[in-house]
Amino acid sequence: MSATPAECAPSLESQSFAFESLVAVSEQTTNVWSQLQRLLFLQDYNTRVVLFGAAMLGGAAGVVGVFTLLRKRALMGDAISHATLPGITISFLAASIWGFDEKSLPLLLVGATVTGLLGVSTILLLRGLTKLKEDTSLSIVLSVFFGAGIALLGIIQQMPKGHAAGLESFILGKTASMVVSDAQLIAAASITCLAGCSLLFKELKLLCFDENFAGSRGYPIVKLDLILMASVVVISIVGLQAVGLIMVVALLVTPAASSRFWTDDLTKMTLISAGIGMFSGVIGAAVSALYPRLPSGAMIVLFCATCFMISMTLGVKRGLLVRSLRRLKINRSIGRQHFLRTMYEVMEQKQQLGLEQSITINDLLPARSWSKNRLATIVSRSAREEWITRIHQEVRFTKKGRFEAERLTREHRLWELFLIHHADIAPTRVDREADHIEHVLEPEIVAELELLLIEDQRELPQSPHGFDHWKQTDDSKNGNQKPNGNQKPSAEPPVSRARTGK
Amino acid sequence: MTLDLNWNWMLDGWITAVAVVCAIACALLGNFLVLRRMSMLGDAITHAVLPGLAVAFLISDSRASLPMFIGAAIVGVLTAFFTEWIRRAGKVDEGASMGVVFTTLFAIGLVMIVQTIDQVDLDANCVLYGSIELTPLDTIDVAGWQIPRAFCTLFLVMLINLTFVIVFYKELKVTSFDPSLAGSIGFSPAIIHYALMVLVAITAVASFESVGSVLVVAMMVVPAATAYLLTHRLHIMICFSILAAIISAVAGHVSAIAIPASFGFRSTSTAGMMAVISGLLLFLAAMFAPRQGIAVKLWNQLALSWHILGDDIVALLYRVDEKQANQRTEKAWIREVLLCSPLSFTVVMTWLRIRGEIVIKTNELVLTDQGQHRAQNLVRSHRLWEQYLLDQVGIDPSRVHPQAEQMEHYTDKKMRQQLHQVTEKPSIDPHGSPIPEERSTK
Repeated sequence: MSATPAECAPSLESQSFAFESLVAVSEQTTNVWSQLQRLLFLQDYNTRVVLFGAAMLGGAAGVVGVFTLLRKRALMGDAISHATLPGITISFLAASIWGFDEKSLPLLLVGATVTGLLGVSTILLLRGLTKLKEDTSLSIVLSVFFGAGIALLGIIQQMPKGHAAGLESFILGKTASMVVSDAQLIAAASITCLAGCSLLFKELKLLCFDENFAGSRGYPIVKLDLILMASVVVISIVGLQAVGLIMVVALLVTPAASSRFWTDDLTKMTLISAGIGMFSGVIGAAVSALYPRLPSGAMIVLFCATCFMISMTLGVKRGLLVRSLRRLKINRSIGRQHFLRTMYEVMEQKQQLGLEQSITINDLLPARSWSKNRLATIVSRSAREEWITRIHQEVRFTKKGRFEAERLTREHRLWELFLIHHADIAPTRVDREADHIEHVLEPEIVAELELLLIEDQRELPQSPHGFDHWKQTDDSKNGNQKPNGNQKPSAEPPVSRARTGK
Repeated sequence: MTLDLNWNWMLDGWITAVAVVCAIACALLGNFLVLRRMSMLGDAITHAVLPGLAVAFLISDSRASLPMFIGAAIVGVLTAFFTEWIRRAGKVDEGASMGVVFTTLFAIGLVMIVQTIDQVDLDANCVLYGSIELTPLDTIDVAGWQIPRAFCTLFLVMLINLTFVIVFYKELKVTSFDPSLAGSIGFSPAIIHYALMVLVAITAVASFESVGSVLVVAMMVVPAATAYLLTHRLHIMICFSILAAIISAVAGHVSAIAIPASFGFRSTSTAGMMAVISGLLLFLAAMFAPRQGIAVKLWNQLALSWHILGDDIVALLYRVDEKQANQRTEKAWIREVLLCSPLSFTVVMTWLRIRGEIVIKTNELVLTDQGQHRAQNLVRSHRLWEQYLLDQVGIDPSRVHPQAEQMEHYTDKKMRQQLHQVTEKPSIDPHGSPIPEERSTK
């Protein structure tokens, strides 16, 4: 039979089973409080080392992650950490063939770095030279390199002395059993990356936001890109060894994505992201040290995810809450503007028809497609904000409301006229188009429209189309013959106070 | 050379069959993942299903495959759903939202498994890596035949995917290439999107149960990407991707047995080798695709540069001849004038001599009659262009030469005639050199 037993394939991602040493420690100390005390005051040497390592890694990954996120390469870390596997196995094989110590960490790290960089270059080449897109290149490198690594592992497993056990523990990651030399390695790698990122901050910023501009200013884009990717490789490799494959992906992606909700400023974003990374690293490691059976890598990821959820809801720049409040505000203002204009137009119609001037809610209801409840809400809100006064069913403009309604009607009609004269849109169709645009017309544009469209600039132009809704329902109610909407209004057109006020 | 494959049809035959159906099932959907730029989804889903498996295990308290399958499929769909939600609601880049979702789900699953490790014997190895080599051992009885369970499942999934792709071909095509058009003509892009996601999740779960997550990612993306490089047409792309998937599966298993055997080892992981072979196919496609291939493009460039160098050599000889300059047209001199590398010069010289356009007489290069033809028409194009640029474009006479030098290589007889007409049939160019007559036959 030519099959490889399943157990041959090591599980890269079950790294967190390696937390057992810590479980043993924690079970000795039954009192959680005393242990919390030990943790808080960092009495335990091992805990100190673990927390330090996790914090350094989280911070550095947070910083590097910001740049990869802005380059839209968030999953680069995923591809790279998978691409290191063949390097590790090849250096293991090479070492055992030439008689070196096959479990020596530097050797394996060198191998991992080499194939990691090879993976990055393959991604960049695939993207640059073929028509394949970024995501496809990433998953090609991820799966093919990892597949090669798995195939090589299948061979290592059969080597007479080469028990892959040591290799596995290297690949698996071991936050909880991190020793001083690991923490030192993490610290060295993190400080290198942090130093690189802060020295090249301006250059990387340009690279992230406007690659072509950076190129035109003479910055070496390809080299900068490679430096950035190399730091991702370094972080992935030390992280891979410390917290495991999936965890390092999370550390590279999640803090950066969270910080984006809080700010638009790259410096602040970098600091926030580093903070979230460090915080999650420390808290995750601490919680997993306190309680048995909480794998530290997974806990770090879960704290990152919690930070992400909080940021996504509460973030002051792009958070869901802020954005929905903003949208609510805009919707209300649009609703109010529609209401005021409709009321004004109804009033104008009544004037033209020589009817009594008072307007009731029932007059307004057929003028737009709104429900009774919605109209009632808008009316009461407008009354509260003192745009109108309301006496039972009758509504009246306040001074401020009339002023605003005139301004809105004027802008609406200006835009309608513009559409008819300059965009060749039929008069029957301009009303809806103008409905959308009237809320965002800037004063400069209004002034320009006035110059372009009307001679007497104090005049409120009359509506270029009839008020169908109003007219029809009115017809059916009263059976009166109504004049055409295009007919000259008898009433004197109100002056534009917006303009005279200037 | 004899390779002792140690091929056992009952085992290796079934392994290959499972690999083939799995690869086809994945590749079918992979085409659309590649086109929709969601290639990483396979990777995300295969990692994210861990909590689904854990919950299914805790609820059903067994390792029966149906509850596990359902649990994993639900979480797989949730992964796609959350990714889309975070991307839309939070305006986060697709890759980042995917990264957040699948790492979080994976961590949750890991915590669940570790928390219940005493009661559960859930082998993370099998979940994440599968073992295609063991599939022939787990058989079920179908109409009197002992057929591996994995084969049945994957065959079913393959049929479902095939039906989906065939029935909704038009919808998939429109929504993949132009979602807004699809929306405007009444197909809902969202429904197709989620249907595709559900199928991706089901396929991923069904596949990695038996063949491991590496293979799922590799088979979803790599054959489809290979096909994408080879053609511009969707139905041809799908056919090519299936072909690439079959080749990867068969060659993958054969090489998993054969390659380690030649170094004295037993077989290695079939899934790994399948990924490697599909990568090789992709490399070949990237290099040698008919129009887009890197090597093909390089070769075309090289051929063009040689063609132009050939033009330059004959034109130079013609001009020396025309001016009756007392210049020995030796190879070294020509190389110096045209600033070309020794290699390309040798290649082009050989080619010109094979075509009989140049002969070497007493160490000097001399145009044959045929070479004279080519050179005369070239010089004619050059000088007509110079005249044209001066007359019609109004470029200063001192600056027309470089432009004409470029155009002359792409100018054919018809264009020369037009130039001749437009420039009012000149007999000399702006520099006062005579414009030679057209020579019609070669």
